[in-house]
Amino acid sequence: MNGTSFFYAHTDQWRYEQLTPREQLSPLASPEKWPQTVLDCNIQAERRGWLPSAPQLAVNPLQLGQKAAQSGQDPATYVKDALVSGSIKLACEDPDAPENWPRNMFVWRSNLLGASGKGHEYFMKHLLGAPNNVMNEDSDQRPDFAKWHDKAPEGKLDLLTTIDFRMSTTAMFSDVVLPTATWYEKSDLNTSDMHTFIHPLQAAVDPAWEARTDWSIFRGLAETFQRLAKGQLESETDVVLSPLQKDTPAELAQPYGDEIWRSEHPIAGVPGKTMPQIAIVPRRYDEVYDRYITLGPGLEKKGNADHGLQWDTTAEIQELKQTHPSVSVKYPERSSLFQDTDAVETVLMLAPETNGAVSARSWKSLSDKTGRDLSHRLGGRDGDRITFADIITQPRQVINSPVWSGVSSTQEAYTANWLNVHEYVPWRTLTGRLQFYQDHPWLRDFGETFATYKPPIETHSTPEALGAAHDNGNPVIPLNFLTPHQKWGIHSTYAENLIMLTLGRGGPVVWISEDDATRLKIVDNDWVEAFNCNGTLVARAVVSQRIPSGAAFMYHAAERTANVPGSEITGKRAGIHNSVTRVVMKPTHMVGGYAHLSWSFNYYGPVGSNRDEFIFLRKMNDVNWFDTTEKGKG
Amino acid sequence: MKIRAQIGKVLNLDKCIGCHTCSVTCKQVWTNRDGVEYAWFNNVESKPGVGFPQQWENQELWHGGWQLGKGESLRPKIGGKWRILSKIFANPNLPQLDDYYEPFDFDYAALQNEKSEQVVTSVRPYSRITGQVMDKIERGPNWEESLGTEFKHRSKDYNFRDVEKEIYGKFENSFLMFLPRLCEHCLNPTCVASCPSGAIYKREEDGIVLVDQEKCRGWRMCVSGCPYKKIYYNWHTGKSEKCVFCYPRIESGQPTVCSETCVGRIRYLGVMLYDADKIETAAATTNPEDAYEQQLDLFLDPHDPAVVEQARRDGISDAWIDAAQRSPVYRMIKEWKIAFPLHPEYRTLPMVWYIPPLSPIQEAASAGSLETLNGIPDINSLRIPVQYLANMLTAGDEAPVKAALNRLLALRAYMRRFQIENVRDASLLQGAGLSEQQIQDMYRLLAIANYEDRFVVPTAHKEDAEDPYHQRGIAGFHFNQSTTSGKSRFSLWGQQGVRPEIRRHTVKGG
Repeated sequence: MNGTSFFYAHTDQWRYEQLTPREQLSPLASPEKWPQTVLDCNIQAERRGWLPSAPQLAVNPLQLGQKAAQSGQDPATYVKDALVSGSIKLACEDPDAPENWPRNMFVWRSNLLGASGKGHEYFMKHLLGAPNNVMNEDSDQRPDFAKWHDKAPEGKLDLLTTIDFRMSTTAMFSDVVLPTATWYEKSDLNTSDMHTFIHPLQAAVDPAWEARTDWSIFRGLAETFQRLAKGQLESETDVVLSPLQKDTPAELAQPYGDEIWRSEHPIAGVPGKTMPQIAIVPRRYDEVYDRYITLGPGLEKKGNADHGLQWDTTAEIQELKQTHPSVSVKYPERSSLFQDTDAVETVLMLAPETNGAVSARSWKSLSDKTGRDLSHRLGGRDGDRITFADIITQPRQVINSPVWSGVSSTQEAYTANWLNVHEYVPWRTLTGRLQFYQDHPWLRDFGETFATYKPPIETHSTPEALGAAHDNGNPVIPLNFLTPHQKWGIHSTYAENLIMLTLGRGGPVVWISEDDATRLKIVDNDWVEAFNCNGTLVARAVVSQRIPSGAAFMYHAAERTANVPGSEITGKRAGIHNSVTRVVMKPTHMVGGYAHLSWSFNYYGPVGSNRDEFIFLRKMNDVNWFDTTEKGKG
Repeated sequence: MKIRAQIGKVLNLDKCIGCHTCSVTCKQVWTNRDGVEYAWFNNVESKPGVGFPQQWENQELWHGGWQLGKGESLRPKIGGKWRILSKIFANPNLPQLDDYYEPFDFDYAALQNEKSEQVVTSVRPYSRITGQVMDKIERGPNWEESLGTEFKHRSKDYNFRDVEKEIYGKFENSFLMFLPRLCEHCLNPTCVASCPSGAIYKREEDGIVLVDQEKCRGWRMCVSGCPYKKIYYNWHTGKSEKCVFCYPRIESGQPTVCSETCVGRIRYLGVMLYDADKIETAAATTNPEDAYEQQLDLFLDPHDPAVVEQARRDGISDAWIDAAQRSPVYRMIKEWKIAFPLHPEYRTLPMVWYIPPLSPIQEAASAGSLETLNGIPDINSLRIPVQYLANMLTAGDEAPVKAALNRLLALRAYMRRFQIENVRDASLLQGAGLSEQQIQDMYRLLAIANYEDRFVVPTAHKEDAEDPYHQRGIAGFHFNQSTTSGKSRFSLWGQQGVRPEIRRHTVKGG
């Protein structure tokens, strides 16, 4: 799943898009080759298998799977032919059709609505159907490849479930909140490629009140689902499309970038080459729980793999069966994943970073692949094993693994790409070398074959008419709106607990320069409103010499749960930092099937770059708290 | 000569990232209670700024610390004993709640209980003093975080005196440093002198200054007397409270909570031996600019056999003398002279010292044309004006601060050359007056900063004060008492335990 494209489509931000691909092209490119809209570029990327999509197909994949199985043809070929002929379509070609709406969403370990979701107000309006501050209108643009519905859908989701241990903004807007254990109430692992250690999360006490561990929550859902599935969904055939992924042969599918598989184009559709891979997956919905609590057979059959390397872990799985026997009636011969600690020990047993024997095999895989003996990189640790008890005693330094390009050593600094530089392991690029030139038609058309400075884009978010329409008598100016990481955290890290609010200013603030404050007749701590066509937010101003004139800062993830009054403009509760931003998609990020430019979960794909956004800022006259009760409840 | 020992502290401001972890952990441990919601035994200030409470450094306003009276004698700036008593019901020098901030909270439970679908819920702040909803939070303990608020307000910062400050308000000349603050556990504390009830005392064995909660009557003269404004009035108990230097931890050889949890590893703890007989002379030095040197003279060389002999005679244990000889604080203060007292001109002889921060050179564009000696930039080109630092740390005397910054720059230049080119270039040390061995030691202590090097804290000799055999039993069952001394007022067997008095080994009062 590719979040940026998903939310761009399903919060309907594309309907308001003013920025066209054509206006961003290099003067050397031919604009007529390019479609009208950014959404079209994304649709092309999904058709070509560059990007994954969700939902994938405009038809129910289980019904399609059943038809394909009964067709007498190879089921995958059946699906491919149907896609090429156009008899079935991708869901991304009509995001507003009710059958293509996302209906059910789980938010786990994220704060989608209080932190990360760019275009917050569009989420409110189109995905949730909640009160919102959108002040935008449908764009004049009509996509070439997507169907346009005159009336935009509102409230696509039927059910929003959040798993969290606090009432975040996301939890506030959820139908169901499942209280989960905090870091000190569960067993888990924590590591990063930024350092070489593996850390435990360890239960000091049991989860408070009704909270359960994440592992237990999902296990409980699986158990109930399995029970309810009986007689409804049992043995089914699913159709799954997957993109041309990094570290698979498919990453070399389109080294020249421009094959098109649609029937109106000359090149035939070949799954995994000119279009997404098509997999026919048998599902057992009546076994979801039994599969959840046991380690499946795939690891034994196919082995363990990462970065295009593969190694065997049969012996380790056999050992797990002895030490962690299954509690499943259905699969008594497997090893157990019932408890969170079972899952933790399974990971530690199978990962090269924590099991020297496994690491030795993974190094052999890289040695075989490169023809260079790299076994010395193991540093004699092939007998080492790191267990949960070990890391509870003290976080341990991981065993070197070919999956990480840096090495842990007392002689060498831990840096990325150490293996490539010092052990001559080819770089995972198209050329196998450090590659600065990207000879891809999309990058050529955007004039970005080399790293290049590009001026800010015009987001069209602050039309003069909007500022004029909402005059409250105070001066208004447009400012470049930036949402950097706050000093104490990143992304969804929260800071609206009492001690952090006390060390801050007790609620959301927007930082502006002294010069702009003078122009706007704003003094430090005045209530201000920042708005544009995307929405509006209310905060207090921090006037500071360290902000350059022309810019406004609002740090990430202030939430709208504490000390946020109403907007003077919309008369509704004002939003968060992302109420005035939106997802800005860049076509060059969508490129795939080009070796190092291949989509990879959580590693490579489009981002919603929003740094060129502008707001109108002004001092407020009236602060509305919608007070309903006496003590601080708004 | 009368030798005393104190656990001193140094904070390396060159490494402070302003994360406030020290403040948060201190708050959670010591002031998460009714009546001290607004109190921060440890806080971190963004400088330049007026700090917390507002303008605490400006003694023209608060009259904290000491001043020289007639005949060069010291008396508290708020006045001598009789003056204090005469103002006891109307102390004119007391910061008000607005000088700190009105502590607030939020009714977080409302987020879960709100049923309205029309208006999205957002909880409002309410005062932890009055319980009333607050329309707007007007101040906090860290209001000026990272240069927040207009320069014209922040530049009331007392350290800007004698500095042409206007240019530092411009975006391109901005500078920022963080100043973590706690009680200074002074050698000559004004709070002790100001207390009409005799409730504040400085512990003989480790120098920690404490308020006896049994004796305190809440007159708050200590709040005024302390020039660092590090005594807080608990409005719930009606008594004053202050940083206790985490004495239960210090007594068992552990660092204070703020030191233990410091992310940047900027805090150091170690024993300082000093000559208690010289305190009055040092504090009463005529010229405030001499206060730093005068205090430096109080500290004794723990390797000097004569000092060791006298220390033993004065009741200081071998373990403490050994700790003094390994003290990281002593090295930074006395040997390398890179650490300085905070506002020595207050004449309280503070014992929490600071290494001044280096800063980038002022204008990157002109970097090439800057006067540099072997790649070490001129101190005057640093972004933070030296005079500003000197006003904070040496009563305005720039020379010692410049010497310290030069040493820190030399350390960087030397180690950079060594790590990049593998060349130990002693010529880089010439201007700084450091030996290569000293550089190695400084590098180990300042850059590597291992836990055991940063904190050299000997345990307290409780055996001198209490019967350890009896101590074993004090945390067990007890009747009718919230805590127990081990001595039950009520006994099932109807009798009081009888114990002999323990005689102290140390010689009290010299």
